Amino acid sequence: MSGVVPMIRLRGLTKAFGDKQVLAGIDLDIAAGTSLVVIGGSGSGKSVLIKCILGLITPDAGVVEIDGVAMHTLSGRAREKARARVGMLFQNAALFDSLPVWENVAFGLLARHQVTRRQARAAAIEVLAQVGLGADIAGLYPAELSGGMQKRVGLARAIAARPDILFFDEPTTGLDPIMGAVIDGLIVDCVKRLGSTAIAITHDMASARRIGDRAAMLYGGQIVWQGAATDLMASGNPLVDQFTHGRREGPIQMETRR
Amino acid sequence: MALLAALGRFVLDICGFAGRLALFALAGLSHLFRPPFYGRMFARALVEIGYFSLPVVALTAVFTGMVLALQSYTGFARFSAEGAIANLIVLSVTRELGPVLAGLMVAGRVGAAMAAEIGTMRVTDQIDALATLSTNPMKYLVAPRLLAAAIALPLLVLIADIIGVLGGFIIATAKLGFNPHTYLANTISFLQTMDVVSGLAKAAVFGFLVALMGCFHGYNSRGGAEGVGTATTSAVVSASVLILAFDYVLTEMFFAR
Repeated sequence: MSGVVPMIRLRGLTKAFGDKQVLAGIDLDIAAGTSLVVIGGSGSGKSVLIKCILGLITPDAGVVEIDGVAMHTLSGRAREKARARVGMLFQNAALFDSLPVWENVAFGLLARHQVTRRQARAAAIEVLAQVGLGADIAGLYPAELSGGMQKRVGLARAIAARPDILFFDEPTTGLDPIMGAVIDGLIVDCVKRLGSTAIAITHDMASARRIGDRAAMLYGGQIVWQGAATDLMASGNPLVDQFTHGRREGPIQMETRR
Repeated sequence: MALLAALGRFVLDICGFAGRLALFALAGLSHLFRPPFYGRMFARALVEIGYFSLPVVALTAVFTGMVLALQSYTGFARFSAEGAIANLIVLSVTRELGPVLAGLMVAGRVGAAMAAEIGTMRVTDQIDALATLSTNPMKYLVAPRLLAAAIALPLLVLIADIIGVLGGFIIATAKLGFNPHTYLANTISFLQTMDVVSGLAKAAVFGFLVALMGCFHGYNSRGGAEGVGTATTSAVVSASVLILAFDYVLTEMFFAR
């Protein structure tokens, strides 16, 4: 990767909550147009890592660079502009309860005053079609949708502004295996169609292999392994092997409170 | 020593809370003057706070005026001063009871709803989602509510003043035997512009406080459903206490000699 500026570059990223050191010096490069899957146990700091990259959480130390620009050097408005290049699918979709589906999907377009409300609705219906949803749900509210449909709407919202970078936080959690595979397929299609750089965090191994070009494992606040996603199940790293095969015995010990 | 340490921690907590609240209020206010502006969110908040609070505020006002007429008649009859009832009611309602009771009712209805809505948005990542969609949550969620509440409550209080006085008028004329023309003449002749203006100014401050506490506690809620419940309770309690405290401060400002 020498000579080429990675789309996302992390150096020495550190974050603690009280006594708990969640991120302990993360170094990571993600090349433009690739999909990285970050795996790790519950509470290992995967979501914190994504939120630090997005600027939703301020890291204690370290640098987050997006396309060569250090995010901490940007002012509030410049940071908002930089975020316009980013789309995110949240774990529970995080749809806005008070808005109908089409306004959820077109929210970013409307927020940037790029389109009229009529144009926004038409654009939203077009994007909904890309994730396999019909125009008939455009007027429904999120509470009227199933979990799988909410995830699809969340995906539609994430890709509506055609972002350069996409984040996926546990995209298949809470879905049945078939719907999980459908969502993974949609994610792969969207990422390829947009040519975006993607980071997904998951502990669903089937999903990780489907979505990612590359994979990294977060453990003890650090990236302990990274490689091709196809090597996940035979990485040769005892931490990764225990995690991917779901073994009770191994170097990873579950944290218990006494 | 342990007692001193606990006292010190308590004082530091209070100072920390006051500082966070002040910064939150300043951030919310600053977004009122910087584009983009979310007119739809402002209009929605105005309708929610103003229009939908009207029934509960009107009922509170009419019963307050009615009770005030009965109680003051009983008290004033001991000094043969029943004629001052009209004056007492109009002063009490416009200066104090209108803004304070409307503020408390709106704190219970709207402050709680704001804290619950924004708190739920916080714990379900909707506020983070706003940020990822190039939308500043303070500008989108907080600023329109602060402005709408500061405008809606004076309008509500103006209506509450009229209805409160009307409640007293109904009891005084229908039950206590007052002459309607004399009662109204007394009411109008005794009322001064400052009485109404001070009440409306109080209402604007109370509206701002209700929205501020609802937004602040909702925005900072943590820990799922329980956290949202705590935020809702805290919003109502703190807004109610602040309304009563600021009522004293504002009364001192307007009327102290």
